[in-house]
Amino acid sequence: MALLEVNTLSVEFGDGPNPFRAVDQVSYSVEKGEVVGIVGESGSGKSVSSLSIMGLIEYPGHVKAEGLTFDGQDLLSMPVKKRRALTGADIAMIFQEPMSSLNPCYTVEFQITEALKIHQGGSKKWRRERAIELLEQVGIPDPTSRLKAYPHQLSGGMSQRVMIAMAIACDPKLLIADEPTTALDVTIQAQIVDLLLELQREKNMGLVLITHDLALVAEAADRVIVMYAGQVVETGPAEEIFSTPRHPYTQALLRSLPESSQGKERLEALPGVVPGAFDRPKGCMLAPRCPYASERCQREVPMVSGDSLRQVRCFTPLDLQGKPAA
Amino acid sequence: MFQFIFKKLMLVVPTFIGITLLTFTLIRLIPGDPIEVMAGERGVSPERHAQLRAELGLDQPLLIQYKDYVVNIFHGDLGKSLITKTPVMEEFASLFPATVELATCAALFAVLVGLPAGIIAAVKRGSIFDHSVMTFSLTGYSMPIFWWALLLMLVFSVNLGWTPVSGRLDVTYWIDEVTGFMLIDTLLSGEEGAFASALHHLVLPSIVLGTIPMAVIARMTRSSMLEVLSEDYIRTARSKGMAPLRVIVVHALRNALIPVITVIGLQVGILLSGAILTETIFAWPGIGKWLIESIARRDYPVVQGGIMMVATIIIVVNLIVDILYGVVNPRIRHNK
Repeated sequence: MALLEVNTLSVEFGDGPNPFRAVDQVSYSVEKGEVVGIVGESGSGKSVSSLSIMGLIEYPGHVKAEGLTFDGQDLLSMPVKKRRALTGADIAMIFQEPMSSLNPCYTVEFQITEALKIHQGGSKKWRRERAIELLEQVGIPDPTSRLKAYPHQLSGGMSQRVMIAMAIACDPKLLIADEPTTALDVTIQAQIVDLLLELQREKNMGLVLITHDLALVAEAADRVIVMYAGQVVETGPAEEIFSTPRHPYTQALLRSLPESSQGKERLEALPGVVPGAFDRPKGCMLAPRCPYASERCQREVPMVSGDSLRQVRCFTPLDLQGKPAA
Repeated sequence: MFQFIFKKLMLVVPTFIGITLLTFTLIRLIPGDPIEVMAGERGVSPERHAQLRAELGLDQPLLIQYKDYVVNIFHGDLGKSLITKTPVMEEFASLFPATVELATCAALFAVLVGLPAGIIAAVKRGSIFDHSVMTFSLTGYSMPIFWWALLLMLVFSVNLGWTPVSGRLDVTYWIDEVTGFMLIDTLLSGEEGAFASALHHLVLPSIVLGTIPMAVIARMTRSSMLEVLSEDYIRTARSKGMAPLRVIVVHALRNALIPVITVIGLQVGILLSGAILTETIFAWPGIGKWLIESIARRDYPVVQGGIMMVATIIIVVNLIVDILYGVVNPRIRHNK
């Protein structure tokens, strides 16, 4: 049984007859101890889908799903209190902007021990010791004196380390990292990713790594989910996705990497932008930007095809040579 | 910290010079002088008038008068009332508790109603409660104090008879003045019903005086709270799985209070200036009523000294607010 099972999850914003679907019938699963990378451009629904797993979608957002199970428990039908007991303890999340994700009014100690206090209780002394231990684990030097620090006294990398310490405080089974390195310097990025992967192996956590950094995913993830305009367009083992992409969007993403344009004058790019709330195409979401789009792609919505290991949402998936199947 | 306070105090010097100049000139620009006012309709002969002016020191050139005034201030002397001949300081001290009592109750009303109203309006934004709070606070803010006072008086004192019309205490009680605060004095006196009577008398003036600050605090709290609630760290707090109430009280409110505290501090000025109208309407024997009466009597030293004292209080309160600000906001504390 998978640790996390997401079955046709949709997140809609707004009431009325035409709410905006930020996440459109997404299905995937995460096994215990597995690293899953979710990639896609900005606005493709990566963050929103993970926020909905955390139960952090607020009005006017609505979460719908045929199934959303974590560790065998149905997240959507369970009482709110029980769900809160899971959130922050068994499922934890770290965010994109570490500097603004910490509360400026409270010390590092307060913010780390708070999660412990809510979910595990224990004496104040125990929580303090645990906080020091956690700061050590995330590689913060001189943790005892850092406990008294306020967020504005920390650098971006330090803040993200504190965020990670907070997230792993209750030994979560699943950690969702929403673009954990986007706001950081390149050198710090590598350190943070190494730290995350190290902790993941050590604790055998499931890790969902949301990013638009394809190199990072190639290096870290066991499996990759490619999202576009709120839909999953391709899933599969990381190596296969990178060696033989089957969806034109995945192919375009890979071609836009500087590495694949070596010796050329210009970088390859996929023209256009992700469709927003008011310019959704009728057929395939990618049709207006897809170099292979046929008339059928403009009209009809393609369904997901393939086995559970490798799925693609396209009428004419690409073959091994990167050409659309006839 | 010391440096911070010192810097703030240095900024106060030009303010005080401005206050002395303004009060000194403005009160003398009003036609008539204290002697004419005292003489009333009977009038006074020119010889007697000149003699009295000399006695009061009003025959000196203005510059000399101003110099004497400022020199006396440096000696801690605000002069004597031209009418009652008691030192301004003494009169101020005896009337000040009444104003403080009223202003404190008004501030309590403003904070205790305005703060929760603003918080709930922000959390339940777009709800009927939110809209009513915003409408009510806009109305309260725009309402002229004197009209609002008369309206409340008419409804609650005259028609419903729930509250007394004016004064601090029923005439049936005679209370020894110990602290000058009626609520405390009536409690100390042990006289039955006196405390209730004092409280009764405080209700309407406090509401009238507290309405504008309440409206300002409610609106400020709401907008500050709305801003904070959309911050990333609120999402972090929620991702820890804590109860929504804890997110609001522990994580949002503390941050939202930072600008609200400044605004509450600024309300002290509004409370003291509003007290002038409120005290006059409710016949409340405090600083406001005293100042209005002394202007009518052209009691120059009282007007000058009284305004000086009020200004000092406002400046001191703002200084305290600046210091408090650092207590709530760690970023300021460490940047000193």
